[in-house]
Amino acid sequence: MPPPVYAGPVERTWYYTFRVICGLIFFFLITPILVIMPLSFNTVPFFTFTPEMLALDPDAFSLRWYNDFFTNANWQGAVKNSFIIAFFSTILATVLGTVAALGLSRAVMPYKTLIMAILISPMIVPLIISAAGMYFFYSKIGLASTHLGIILAHTALGTPFVVITVTATLVGFDHSLTRAAASLGSTPVRTFFKVVVPLILPGVISGALFAFITSFDEVVVVLFVASFEQRTIPWQMFSGIRENISPTILAVATMLVVVSVMLLSVLELLRRRNERLRGMSPG
Amino acid sequence: MAQVEAAPGIMTTADGQPLKLSLQRALRRSKIRAMLLVAPLFLFILVTFLLPILDMTFRSVENQLVSEILHRSVPLLQQWDEKTGDLPPEDVFQAMVEDFKEGRENRTIGRVGTRLNYEVAGMSSLFRSTARKARRIKEGPYTDALIKANKRWGDVETWRLIKRESGTITLSYYLAAVDLRFGSDGSVQAQPENRQIYVKLFVRTLWLSTLITALCLVLGYPISYLLATLPTRTSNMLMILVLLPFWTSLLVRTTSWIVLLQQEGVINDLLVWVGIIADDARIRMIHNQAGTIIAMTHILLPFMVLPLYSVMKTIPPSYMRAAMSLGANPFTAFMRVYVPNTVAGIGAGGILVFIIAIGYYITPALVGGTSGTLISNFIAYHMQVSLNWGLAGALGAILLAIVLILYLLYDKIVGIDNMKLG
Repeated sequence: MPPPVYAGPVERTWYYTFRVICGLIFFFLITPILVIMPLSFNTVPFFTFTPEMLALDPDAFSLRWYNDFFTNANWQGAVKNSFIIAFFSTILATVLGTVAALGLSRAVMPYKTLIMAILISPMIVPLIISAAGMYFFYSKIGLASTHLGIILAHTALGTPFVVITVTATLVGFDHSLTRAAASLGSTPVRTFFKVVVPLILPGVISGALFAFITSFDEVVVVLFVASFEQRTIPWQMFSGIRENISPTILAVATMLVVVSVMLLSVLELLRRRNERLRGMSPG
Repeated sequence: MAQVEAAPGIMTTADGQPLKLSLQRALRRSKIRAMLLVAPLFLFILVTFLLPILDMTFRSVENQLVSEILHRSVPLLQQWDEKTGDLPPEDVFQAMVEDFKEGRENRTIGRVGTRLNYEVAGMSSLFRSTARKARRIKEGPYTDALIKANKRWGDVETWRLIKRESGTITLSYYLAAVDLRFGSDGSVQAQPENRQIYVKLFVRTLWLSTLITALCLVLGYPISYLLATLPTRTSNMLMILVLLPFWTSLLVRTTSWIVLLQQEGVINDLLVWVGIIADDARIRMIHNQAGTIIAMTHILLPFMVLPLYSVMKTIPPSYMRAAMSLGANPFTAFMRVYVPNTVAGIGAGGILVFIIAIGYYITPALVGGTSGTLISNFIAYHMQVSLNWGLAGALGAILLAIVLILYLLYDKIVGIDNMKLG
């Protein structure tokens, strides 16, 4: 979109300057994520581009750090733990959050604001405070340094996202549909699975994705509540950066970026589907 | 069901119930049903999240250790008048020696020393050395024997301290968290110069958070404007550049900044290669405040752009054109018409970024060095290294209070229901 034809020289200059400024800001946003990708294929354990790499010499690139990642027991244990913990906490958070959102979106729900505030408090409270509280409390009740403890902690941190996304989906929900189902003789449970669930599914899935990424990405609580046995990928990265930083971390980082690109695409598809459905439904 | 005699003129249901009553019942049933749906999550959050935080807050005032372990001497000390300036009577000394013997056997006496050492330096070593010698004290006069073991027992201040810290609740952690302490006469006074760190740290945390918020606004405003005014197709493409960092793991982004900023890193290499700086004069951009500011601005920028964008999207472009057709130059039109319309977005994004920034832990811990650490790093330090959990709890509770106040403000401006995700 070029500047309008009636624009004067000052406006024209400003128009292009503004574009350049915005370009620089976008550059600032995206470069850090892109720059680690080529570096993760480095042959030598340096965190910078070697002259050979800049000359695009094929010998300067290798899969050495990826190989290290896939053969190192520490990393493989971390991957396993990350997926186990994220999987179970996502399921728990999605079920609890969706059910609660159904209750919260009913007009008759008393103290709605207060309860909503409490339910999404895990998202508001700084992680370091949640972690400190959980560290003391979970050690007291024997949940510290257990997989169950971390799963419960991550579930608590993930539910606010599910509650928010599902509640948002339910705002546009047409309640006469459930009444119609009931008047046609459907039991509440059947109505729920046949009518409500298909309609709120996009909200539930995006909430679940948020819960998953929260758990998968979370490191503060893991650092405090977990021990080596429950180490997750972020835990391993954190201790890797602190102690012996090796380009394996860059290889892991690159793979995580690929994972987030996939998650982002799924969310975008869901959003489009949701908009399409909204556009079709009356009112 | 018994037929209810309905007064004439009152509407009834088919089975003769007054309609009002029947409706009330139905309403109550559906209310209970709604509450039952919310209950599981509510209880879950209560147990796994709220109780731990309450527990931490409780820990910041809890103080049972001294009275529990010195259980013989502390009750006797209550009768002693610390204002006279005399040492406690002989029976207190005798009880203290017995407490020491028992405490040494149970290996608990050192914990009292550590606890009191938070208040007055040297207490830990006093308790350790006395514990070694106390078992040789077989008979009275205990006053002289204890003072012979360590002359600090002859100091009234030591006894005053023990008496003051023998209550079940203490405010001393909170005082310590704002660089204050109890003086020997029980009055509140400033910590000695070299132990005043927390007020400075709170101020630094607030200042850095403000600076990062401001930087996010300066960087976020232009691109939000661009995204909101471009055609949807283009802006959706550019939005990916905002959303991808938003969705990328925090540790990945922090790692990237380490790679970019360190002295052997990409930016320094580039500057040397271009010839702006000499090879031996590489700029230190990491493990100091600059590192924290740069990395956190990058990490929090999407949290500013998303609310700004959603507000700007609702401003019709005709407003600006109207202002200009009425004679405003583009700058005036922008400042007087466009910016006031985005205040809600600025408020929402600003408070959101600020709230996240002041509780940030990971990034400052990895790239902050010593000058770039925030209050949360000290909470972690007291939990994991110094094991002064009371102080960690007090610092945490103060931080939590600040965040909750800001959050109420956020709720007033945007409403929690309008929180946008992604």
